[in-house]
Amino acid sequence: MEVQVILFAIFAVGAIGSAIVTVTRKNPVASAMALVGHFFMLSGLYLTLEAQFVAAVQVLVYAGAIMVLVVFVIMLLNLGTEQQLAERSSYLRGTLGTLFAALFVILLALAITSNPSGANQLSSKAVEIGTTESIGQSLFTQYLFPFEAVSLLLLAALIGAVILAKRHVQEGA
Amino acid sequence: MDPIQLLIICAQAGMLVNLMLIAAAYMVLAERKVAAWIQGRVGPNRVGPWGLFQSFADVFKLYLKEDVVPAAADYKFHALAPIISIAVAITIYAVIPWSGPLVTIDGHSYGLAMAPQMNVAILIILAMTSVGVYGVALAGWSSNNKYSLMGGLRSAAQMISYELSMGLAVIGVVLISGSLNLVEIINSQIANGWNIMYQPVAFLIFFVTSLAETNRAPFDLPEAEPELVGGYHTEYTGMKFGLLYLAEYASMLAAGAIMATLFLGGWDMIPFVDEAALLGLAPDSIPMVVLGHITFVSKALLMVFVFIWIRWSLPRFRYDQLMNLGWKVLLPLALANIAVTGICLLLFG
Amino acid sequence: MVTTYVPLMIMILIGVIFGVSNIVLAEILGPRRRNKAKLSTYESGMEPIKSARERFTVKFYLVAVMFILFDIEVIFMYPWAVQFKELGMYGFTAMILFMVLLFSGYLYVIKKGALRWD
Repeated sequence: MEVQVILFAIFAVGAIGSAIVTVTRKNPVASAMALVGHFFMLSGLYLTLEAQFVAAVQVLVYAGAIMVLVVFVIMLLNLGTEQQLAERSSYLRGTLGTLFAALFVILLALAITSNPSGANQLSSKAVEIGTTESIGQSLFTQYLFPFEAVSLLLLAALIGAVILAKRHVQEGA
Repeated sequence: MDPIQLLIICAQAGMLVNLMLIAAAYMVLAERKVAAWIQGRVGPNRVGPWGLFQSFADVFKLYLKEDVVPAAADYKFHALAPIISIAVAITIYAVIPWSGPLVTIDGHSYGLAMAPQMNVAILIILAMTSVGVYGVALAGWSSNNKYSLMGGLRSAAQMISYELSMGLAVIGVVLISGSLNLVEIINSQIANGWNIMYQPVAFLIFFVTSLAETNRAPFDLPEAEPELVGGYHTEYTGMKFGLLYLAEYASMLAAGAIMATLFLGGWDMIPFVDEAALLGLAPDSIPMVVLGHITFVSKALLMVFVFIWIRWSLPRFRYDQLMNLGWKVLLPLALANIAVTGICLLLFG
Repeated sequence: MVTTYVPLMIMILIGVIFGVSNIVLAEILGPRRRNKAKLSTYESGMEPIKSARERFTVKFYLVAVMFILFDIEVIFMYPWAVQFKELGMYGFTAMILFMVLLFSGYLYVIKKGALRWD
């Protein structure tokens, strides 16, 4: 079996497993750590698709920055483990639940019957496109406007975060 | 990828982990000796000549100590935190380009460097440093102890604040060499001269941020004994404490090795001089490669020595001074460094 | 090629195995004499006053958010830095514009005092 198939299998199973752990834990920190593991698995999947820059950045930004924020918030807010909510029986929940479960089963069946082999038919240029050099090249020529727009987006996020936090401080003080 | 290649990779990994363990053991001893000399005393000298077996005695002691986990602590995370710290520290060793290839098996040549052709090596180093924050934060939180939690969160905030400046400082080096591949960076330094000459500010910024990232003095307030009773590792005993301690020294050596790669020319012995031609040997012959390994490790150890020296010479920063330095001084300085480097490269080529 | 990264994956695995095996070994080799004093939380020899899980200030949250935003800026700089010589003056001005916009955000944050008394 090719390396790609083996690696894909490992990372796919890991991703699914860590995702299941994320949604089934009562302790929020356990969920957060499982999500970090999930991002590592996703990064591995990106590597099997020859997207090296994105794989490294996925760990750097997602697992290393955004999840750090989530973990900080969880630790600061001091949430205890989730108590079981009183179960009111609700027909809406029941019907929606079965509907989504049925959709999921259909999706799975479609995926399985299409005979996946795990090996991607990557084009021969895939390795070139995934490198940092080519991303740099296209980011500053073809996609220059979205790039500058991102800076405005980040600026807006900065200002928003400061305003929200400062308002909290003034209200609490 | 056949099983022989996998076996060789495992062998390389084993050798690197051994190197790291032995180096860490002797770094602990070196720290105590250097501290002693700076403070005018002798340091450990009972266990073996000059105290050379002291570290092994310490390790035996740590294995045999009782693992006390407070009842209020969450055992799973209490155990997970040192594992994250040590795994991150070990992973960085896979990326470091120790020197050229030494043996040729089955048509491929292998050296101590595990993955020299990685195209995004620098990003992987930064990514691993970012993930290292979890080890500290989890250690502080899981002990369910006021001191540990405060120490852990403050240490995590300190680490992320300084990571920005670290990433920005490295961009200066990348601008010059045009690649994220560590071997290419070293080759460009062999061709053009060491990066410390072209990027002294970036070197300084990287050095200071490495001190902060590894929680070394003068940035070690979160684990300082008089202030926070050991901070995030207050409730750790035995081998878990040993792993946290080992992770700190291993990441110090890794930081030294990265500085040697990025700024001090890697395995190049004398800048601007072609040593191979001088000695009359081919550049990839075994003696040259072995010399290259020795040079690289010496440069890394030199950086570690400076770390130790600074620890025992400077007083500790207060927490607000520390954060001010990271956000208000180093960040604008690193950005300015990038702008100036860009302008210089455009003007002078 | 993905095979270049397999050493890295194996190293992560070895790191985790090393950590786990050391902890397990210490658990086996060390004594286990539990008593109430050892199991209680450490507070310089006193009984702990309150639970440790209390609310902390919002400063940590702000530091983490600012870290994310500036980390993304650093990420965008890497492809530019790698292609610097090919992109020349034009790429340099584009990046300077990006840096100026984010630097003005940084100055706003400093002026608003969000980074005071960190």
